[in-house]
Amino acid sequence: MLELHSVSKTFGAIVVADAIDLTLVSGEALGVIGPNGAGKSTLFNLITGLLRPDAGRIVLDGVDITGLSPEARCRAGIGRSFQIPQPFDHLSVFENLAVAAQFGGGLSETDAVQHCGLMLDLTGLEAKANRLAGSLPLLDRKRLELARALATRPRTLLLDEIAGGLTDAECHQLVETIRTIHAEGVGIIWIEHVVHALLAVVQRLVVLNFGKIVAQGVPSEVMRSREVETIYMGVPA
Amino acid sequence: MSVESIDMPASREQRAVEAPVWQVRVGTRLSRVAAVAGIALVVVLAALPAFAPRNLIQDLIFVLTMLTLAQLWNVLAGWGGLVSVGQQAFVGLGAYALFAGIVMAGLDPVAAIPLAGLFAAVIAAVLGPLLFRLEGPYFAIGSWVAAEALRLICAQFKSLGGGTGMSISPSELSQMVGLKTVQALLGLRPAAARDVLVYWLALLLAVLVTLGIYAFIRSRHGLALAASRDNAAAARSVGVRTARIRHMLWIAVAFATGMVGAVVYLQKARISPDAAFSVTDWTAYVIFIVVIGGVRTIEGPMVGVLLLWGLVTYLAQYGSLYLVVLGTLAILIMLFMPRGAWGAAARRWQVQLFPTQRWLGRSR
Repeated sequence: MLELHSVSKTFGAIVVADAIDLTLVSGEALGVIGPNGAGKSTLFNLITGLLRPDAGRIVLDGVDITGLSPEARCRAGIGRSFQIPQPFDHLSVFENLAVAAQFGGGLSETDAVQHCGLMLDLTGLEAKANRLAGSLPLLDRKRLELARALATRPRTLLLDEIAGGLTDAECHQLVETIRTIHAEGVGIIWIEHVVHALLAVVQRLVVLNFGKIVAQGVPSEVMRSREVETIYMGVPA
Repeated sequence: MSVESIDMPASREQRAVEAPVWQVRVGTRLSRVAAVAGIALVVVLAALPAFAPRNLIQDLIFVLTMLTLAQLWNVLAGWGGLVSVGQQAFVGLGAYALFAGIVMAGLDPVAAIPLAGLFAAVIAAVLGPLLFRLEGPYFAIGSWVAAEALRLICAQFKSLGGGTGMSISPSELSQMVGLKTVQALLGLRPAAARDVLVYWLALLLAVLVTLGIYAFIRSRHGLALAASRDNAAAARSVGVRTARIRHMLWIAVAFATGMVGAVVYLQKARISPDAAFSVTDWTAYVIFIVVIGGVRTIEGPMVGVLLLWGLVTYLAQYGSLYLVVLGTLAILIMLFMPRGAWGAAARRWQVQLFPTQRWLGRSR
């Protein structure tokens, strides 16, 4: 279980996280939506430790992880994909996963090979396993983000806009993959603008705006809420 | 919206347990041939003093020590992304530690070499946390400044010759471990025997450092280092302790660089702060070797050092023109062969004598 207790972060005068309280029950799939600049990716950086909160606590399975480094949090079971793909350019696709499986996933070299093979198969990257990651086109880089996050064997997986730019068929495939991962008991927090893909997976939806949670609950109800209409349709509050 | 769920979980777990579906290979048939050829070459080099003239042995001491420094810089900057312009600091510290060990502590020169490496490593461990606060070009400048500071500190030790330096007398070196054996074995005078002994030490160091680096690059830690270099934030997010691995590499490289410094100055038997901490001799030439040979390959520094040796041998008579040629060559290679001479050849003909990429394939 992952808990955020009134987590706040500001960059100068800009509040990117404003006393956020959020709980992800083990094995839950949670969707996060919100306009650009709402603080969605910042939320992920706070959870994974790339940013330290100015105030508040982050607790994983009852243990306070607020002071832990990103690498320690990954080892503790938090995996993430980056919105803008961050591959290790001079390593092959397989090697990108291998480093994640051995360090984040704690696997031996031999076990890592099998695990990475499975993850490449699952994400449709197996045919490109030996290409340099830096030579991949954008969509494959996004697949690599997912595959590498999975290679760390996360119990909580943070996905940051991985469906954008996909065709309907590819998007369908991705949704199936994420459902498969979720069915294995992995908790998921998914930031996504492709709302129909998101709604096919998540059980709960959170709406962020100006670093605040402005609505949350059952996805269908949240999507009909006044807050979402205000933000996305410009209907005055 | 309904999506069919697929029953992957159970079958995935089972497949992993049953039999390995995937396998990884790194070596090729060519690399195995190269390994055998490499062993043969080392044996020939080890036997060389029996029939080679003394000036060739002296030249090869230069080649082997420069090769070792180039391999070390390559792993630090090429694989690790730590572009240091201050490696002369560790050459100088190793050299001074050797002289201090011999003159002040009365140590045997051969025994003092690993201690010299250790001394350089300790200083590197102290400097590391300061320098790693800087990134990219700032780190490069910082490492250079640190080296200059250490040069000035070494110049303060009057007992080690201060700013003008000092020499070790042949008599102090005549009792060196192994020297009498070499003299008797090859029928040489003490000075020539010392060259042979230093040559063997340089050869040993070059072989150990090259193999050590190659093994490291192929290990999980080598992978973690490459990931840290390519993208530190992403590496941390997949569980790599980027700061620790860089620091360990920095110390290990300083240790070996210090030993090279000790070996070089054991042969020279004369030291001064300006020479031992020379950025030109111990860093600029080293970067030249790696750049013209090919960065981020084990073969690159080997090719590079042979090119440099050739240039030094045939152009030295032309005085300063020689430096103009070196500079021009470096610029041309950077423009037209950014991967260096070996890198370009390896790409053109698809050859790798020391392959590093892990190739994934299905077992069946």
